[in-house]
Amino acid sequence: MVELRGLIIDNPKDGIFRVHRSAMTSPEILQMEQERVFNKCWLYLCHESEVENPGDYRRRNVAGRPLFFARGSDGKVRVFLNTCTHRGALICRRDQGNTEVLQCFYHAWTFNNHGELIGVPDEAGYGKGFNRAEMGLKSPPRVDNYRGFIFISFNPDVEDLMTYLADARDYIDLIVDQAEEGMRIIPGSNRYFIKANWKLLVENSLDGYHVKPTHKTYFEYVTSLGVKTSAVQTAFGRPARALGNGHAVEEHDGVRGRPIARWSPLFGEETKEEIARIRARLVEKFGEQRTRLMADVSRNLLVYPNLIIIDSIDITVRIFWPITPELMEVTAWQLAPKEEKGELLARRLDNFLTFHGPGGFATPDDVEAIESCQAGYKAEGVEWSELSRGMHREAIAEDELQLRAFWRQWYGYMLGRGKVDTKDPVVRERSSAAS
Amino acid sequence: MPEAHLGGNDNSVPTLREEVEDFLYQEAALLDEWRLDEWLALFTVDGRYVVPTTDLPEGDPKKELVFIDDDMVRLRARVERLKSRHGHREYPWSRTRRFITNVRVKRLEGHNILVTSSFVVYRFRMGDTSPYVGWYEHRLKQVDGELKIQHKRTVLDMETLREHGAVSIIL
Repeated sequence: MVELRGLIIDNPKDGIFRVHRSAMTSPEILQMEQERVFNKCWLYLCHESEVENPGDYRRRNVAGRPLFFARGSDGKVRVFLNTCTHRGALICRRDQGNTEVLQCFYHAWTFNNHGELIGVPDEAGYGKGFNRAEMGLKSPPRVDNYRGFIFISFNPDVEDLMTYLADARDYIDLIVDQAEEGMRIIPGSNRYFIKANWKLLVENSLDGYHVKPTHKTYFEYVTSLGVKTSAVQTAFGRPARALGNGHAVEEHDGVRGRPIARWSPLFGEETKEEIARIRARLVEKFGEQRTRLMADVSRNLLVYPNLIIIDSIDITVRIFWPITPELMEVTAWQLAPKEEKGELLARRLDNFLTFHGPGGFATPDDVEAIESCQAGYKAEGVEWSELSRGMHREAIAEDELQLRAFWRQWYGYMLGRGKVDTKDPVVRERSSAAS
Repeated sequence: MPEAHLGGNDNSVPTLREEVEDFLYQEAALLDEWRLDEWLALFTVDGRYVVPTTDLPEGDPKKELVFIDDDMVRLRARVERLKSRHGHREYPWSRTRRFITNVRVKRLEGHNILVTSSFVVYRFRMGDTSPYVGWYEHRLKQVDGELKIQHKRTVLDMETLREHGAVSIIL
């Protein structure tokens, strides 16, 4: 049994925060994470727009478990464990589709898209203890939807989703409110594996410190297109924030325009009017200040433990699951307002491709960086990863406060302490002294 | 444009397919040898290079998510990036070997030739082997007596980028 105590050094007095590297390499720790993190938390499954029409379904693995979700003929989205209640075969064997009924190919048990068992060949072969009504498809214990984002939990006693999301809700609101007719996931997803521990992608996704050195070629490219970066703005006072429950955000000024709603010469003159119209709509609905937060500020948001939403010129939704301590599977999608079409949609997708995604100018280098860390751990002689940056000061975006927030909550769950205070103690003392 | 002899037996004059195959093999050699500027010169000035995602091979870059959709400005930047020591996923460069087969010359429209072919691109780096498997669609055009690529679409057959982590080389 691995000793968890002492895996993290959290010493605010000296401004030192370190994580023992076995957290990224130990199979026992991964097994414990499955029980203590992934079986305890709310986990992101899908966006409701992925099953737009009655009968639409998709399958997806969550924390290694095969699930599928379907919009029933009654319009309601339901989530099912993808296993026949008879002998276990996968019920949903296509990645996506539309159907009123799902039939298990093994013995031809048939379920409707509400999950009810509606057909059993030779049902007379079962005795009186067999109750078809009890044999419907099973759902995860908890399923909930926050503004179109559907989460599930394998923990029947988990707190309600609204409470769980804590201050991360404000940032999800800033994203969803950009759309007039709601958001949708664009067809096409990025599915790739990284030979690294899943927590390294949490770190990388929130880490402002690596952006300039690692992504030099990206900045050279946008600079060659005539883009100038400007001063950092932030939404809620600080560019890096712990949002409670391990959620965290890092904010920065977008280096290019945004379809919603900041025009840039790169978008072309023909889009200028439409972007101005969108911005005017936002100002009318949300006021000048909130519009600036929505349209001018970019943010990388972690919804604990493993949902990343990157709200910049495009909106990337990224989830990743450990396969082994040294391998994760990543899926990323693009979120856009339903009403966005034509040139603006094309510009959004174009931006995604430049920076994000396995074929972009930045994501491959992030993959390389964290695989490189994982490879470096094999040297063993260095026991700790160093995450102390900015612990002694009011953190800036290039600090590691947001990473520490994640790690503190991870440690809390791993030690069975549940929710813990994830803020940097120094900052907490300062703000309580001010209040 | 030399006259095309589809399926002709005259060995002294290359058939159109032989000519196209030579072109594809030459392109593959330039990429395997990392002669990227010469590869870039194979494109027309309005060239385009597209790689759809693994789950949506028919993806339209204008309204759907793809892996790569480069016009010549971005393709040039991609080449510069690959030549830079800051293109970390390919620094140092991986070793690659491209196999191209099943070449079919599907359509002729004026000076345009539509070619489909099957490929395997092996990539070796840092102890890993990651083969990319799929098919190409090349839209070729005769420009001043030379074949040029106006549109190259690389469609992958793998379900995910499981071994690869990225599309860090040019496919």
